[in-house]
Amino acid sequence: MIRRSLFRSPETSYRNPLENFQSLVRQMDMLSDLMSGSRNLRDPFTSGVFPLINLTEDTDNYYARAELPGIESGDLDIQIDGKNLTISGERNINMDQDVKFRRRERESGKFSRVISLPGEVDPDKVEAGLTNGLLNVKIPKAEAAKPKRITIG
Amino acid sequence: MDSSKELQAKEKQEVASPAEYTSEGMIFTPATDIYETERDIMLIADMPGVQADDVNIDLKNDILTITGDVKPWETKEENDVLVEFEIGSYRRQFTLSESIDQDKIEANMKNGVLYLNLPKAAKAVPRKIEVKSG
Repeated sequence: MIRRSLFRSPETSYRNPLENFQSLVRQMDMLSDLMSGSRNLRDPFTSGVFPLINLTEDTDNYYARAELPGIESGDLDIQIDGKNLTISGERNINMDQDVKFRRRERESGKFSRVISLPGEVDPDKVEAGLTNGLLNVKIPKAEAAKPKRITIG
Repeated sequence: MDSSKELQAKEKQEVASPAEYTSEGMIFTPATDIYETERDIMLIADMPGVQADDVNIDLKNDILTITGDVKPWETKEENDVLVEFEIGSYRRQFTLSESIDQDKIEANMKNGVLYLNLPKAAKAVPRKIEVKSG
């Protein structure tokens, strides 16, 4: 999905009818935060904690995704404690010291991020995968948290 | 290098170009390290979500262009709960100041990182010239 944010061009795809409205609410929040000075103009949407996370849900699962280029699965520690998902680890960029750097933008260091999931989950069935530098954590919702269809008897 | 420091989250930089792209979607600038040794130039670019097959490297008139396409990874049934980063392709251009031996360029993609080895052409490799005395 391609999402465009405020100050750029309009959204290019719509998934559910409420998304438009939700995005408007988000942008209004952002705008009021900007005006009151509680948010930084440069990166208005992010929590500022590495790694940035996109969280989605379908009826059965939550999906937490983060971009972690150059990180091996052994350098990652993923834990779930109740509704809290913790992603921590370290990014090492090994470099010979005696080379001449022309440009240096990639950074190494430790990170730890906790996000609170919106509903109850089943911690025993969490699956995580790391492909092409992209972490995908699939967190099944607890039975009690899944939407139920109620039939009229 | 101090590896104990905390990593800071950075918002992806959208490509700023005088000409707009006609393709759909956003295009980002990958964070890149470039370093030089006596024989080659190494370019390392972070392109998370890009498969090896979707990387394109082009060198024309000393302009090196790297592009990486990202296939959307979300399924249609998923609804957003929290959106902190956006998904798009990567594109970046560099002007090479050194002549490169084009036939020997090697590219390798690992864990969403592109490693590009650009060997200098023979004439660009520094030659040590001995000065004889006497």
